[in-house]
Amino acid sequence: MSKILVVAEHLGGKLNSSTARAVSAAAAIKPEAIDVLVLCDSADAIAAEAAKIEGVSRVLTITRAENMHPLAAVLAPQIAKVAAGYSYVFAPSTTFGKDVLPRVAALLGVGQVSDVMSVEGSHTFKRPIYAGNAIITVEADAGSTVVATIRTASWPAAANSASSAPVEAITVDAALPSHTRFVELLQGKSDRPDLQSASKVVSGGRGVGSKENFEIIYKFADKIGAAVGASRAAVDAGYVPSDMQVGQTGKIIAPELYMAIGISGAIQHLTGIKDAGTIVAINKDGEAPIFEVADIGLVGDLFKLIPELEAAID
Amino acid sequence: MKILVGYKRVVDYNVRIQVKPDGTGVVTDGVKLSANPFDDIALEEALRLREKGVAEEVVVVGIGPADLTAHLRNGLAMGANRAIHVTTTDTVQPLTAARVFQKLIEKEQPGLVILGKQAIDDDANQTGQMLAALWDRPQATFASKVEIADGKVTVTREVDAGLEVIEAELPAVITTDLRLNEPRFIKLPDIMKAKSKPIDTIEFASLGLEDNAHLKTTHYAAPAKRSKGVMVKDAAELVAALKQKGLL
Ligand SMILES: Cc1cc2nc3c(=O)[nH]c(=O)nc-3n(C[C@H](O)[C@H](O)[C@H](O)COP(=O)(O)OP(=O)(O)OC[C@H]3O[C@@H](n4cnc5c(N)ncnc54)[C@H](O)[C@@H]3O)c2cc1C
Ligand SMILES: Nc1ncnc2c1ncn2[C@@H]1O[C@H](COP(=O)(O)O)[C@@H](O)[C@H]1O
Repeated sequence: MSKILVVAEHLGGKLNSSTARAVSAAAAIKPEAIDVLVLCDSADAIAAEAAKIEGVSRVLTITRAENMHPLAAVLAPQIAKVAAGYSYVFAPSTTFGKDVLPRVAALLGVGQVSDVMSVEGSHTFKRPIYAGNAIITVEADAGSTVVATIRTASWPAAANSASSAPVEAITVDAALPSHTRFVELLQGKSDRPDLQSASKVVSGGRGVGSKENFEIIYKFADKIGAAVGASRAAVDAGYVPSDMQVGQTGKIIAPELYMAIGISGAIQHLTGIKDAGTIVAINKDGEAPIFEVADIGLVGDLFKLIPELEAAID
Repeated sequence: MKILVGYKRVVDYNVRIQVKPDGTGVVTDGVKLSANPFDDIALEEALRLREKGVAEEVVVVGIGPADLTAHLRNGLAMGANRAIHVTTTDTVQPLTAARVFQKLIEKEQPGLVILGKQAIDDDANQTGQMLAALWDRPQATFASKVEIADGKVTVTREVDAGLEVIEAELPAVITTDLRLNEPRFIKLPDIMKAKSKPIDTIEFASLGLEDNAHLKTTHYAAPAKRSKGVMVKDAAELVAALKQKGLL
């Protein structure tokens, strides 16, 4: 029987919901135990949240001043040490997991399965390649630790359970480097729902035309309680910050409702939304490729249609 | 300072990939191949550092089959001083690529290694992080801004929460994100000049690395297709359709 270690992602003292998604993937292996590892300078609140995730056997915490910020070079040696007792190490395939987990895999001397979409067997997984244009079945070596990042859009967040798993503080004997230092995190302040976990997302593309025009998208999103995303073209043109990019090289999301406004539907964008429940496209070009995947399409000028939509909702 | 740059050749990002009907791979015959877009960005950044006087030499590295030479010539035409071609006919998984880079580092002693954040064929997003671990040096992944001064590099990283700034001592590994720079176009005279630039060829087998296959790909499939939906004629119809689905 196997044991799985899930590396928790957190920010500002809060557990990220991507952790519960990675736990879902771990549960699909049907292991003997799923332990969540929290590395932080103050882990209590985060550990308490992790302990409530259904299916979690134990929460392990390593509390050290060096763990205040998620620096891969600092976290990886600790994770690799803890991994010794496990047959699997999972982390969400977010920028956090993508940064740290390959470093762990290399320390363990094994390959990594990136972006696990499904579990087909104890060592068999499906994952996307070529921007999601092909799905491959990958077999990891049954004789070594399996290191994998979990494509969060493919997995529901494991529910909260009524009881809490035990929390254990541990220490590991790992030399931590001082060659890498955190300077700052520049975060846009927003009261809108989080793009990665929102049930509704409204995205704007190059068709929105400017940073000023993007207000129309924000206003509409606020009206329906949606998070706001964007295409790469909109980010590159400076309409919105980079953390709003949806797609192959941005965020991969699976909201119940995704509205693409002034977005053509390039394959790199579509790969970020293929798991969305309902895709709505608004574009003035009836031939735009986005209409090939949209559940509901509306051809027209977004500057005319958005006010009309707002009026129709009232 | 010397900079090593990962310069992988991949199926061009504009090509619509087709999976072979028998599930053994994707169709690559007759398909346009180009530099991995993130590697063009990596090379551009290295060239800019050389132009600023931070680096003296830029070396592009490709691991792949014999016909990779023409691709490496493009890197030379873009401005790299020389190229290293590690020859192998096998597909190179990220851990193996990282081990190859580690071997080259022992010999070349670079001050900086710049790779793409991901190769757009395997979309693995691993090699740079693995190399940094094997080399026991800093990593700065998903870079959108790089500044070097006093033996340190300050990197702005595109992370899910926003932009993270970290500082690392050199030597270090950087992986590039899309907004780090816009790669220059190759000019005709430079293609001529590149013909006389050196390409070192090293046989993969001569590096003494262990077995390449860490993960086995057993099947390729086309992704599940989303079926084409309906078109509505105006805003009122759209709102009605969304309300009916319980989405508004
Ligand atoms: C390696 C690589 C990675 C990439 N990663 C990503 C990624 O993660 N995410 C991503 O999005 N892209 C990514 N791209 C870029 C992608 O290929 C496209 O260039 C990009 O998605 C296009 O953005 P867009 O649809 O906003 O712009 P365009 O393709 O220019 O489309 C704009 C659309 O707006 C419509 N429009 C214009 N005016 C109006 C109006 N008034 N009303 C209604 N419609 C209007 C037009 O008809 C058009 O369809 C990547 C590319 C590469 C090479
Ligand atoms: N075969 C290769 N040749 C040259 N560079 C490579 C090779 N494989 C990986 N790399 C580098 O590693 C980066 C990340 O690749 P990957 O981890 O496969 O997504 C690429 O953008 C390249 O810079």
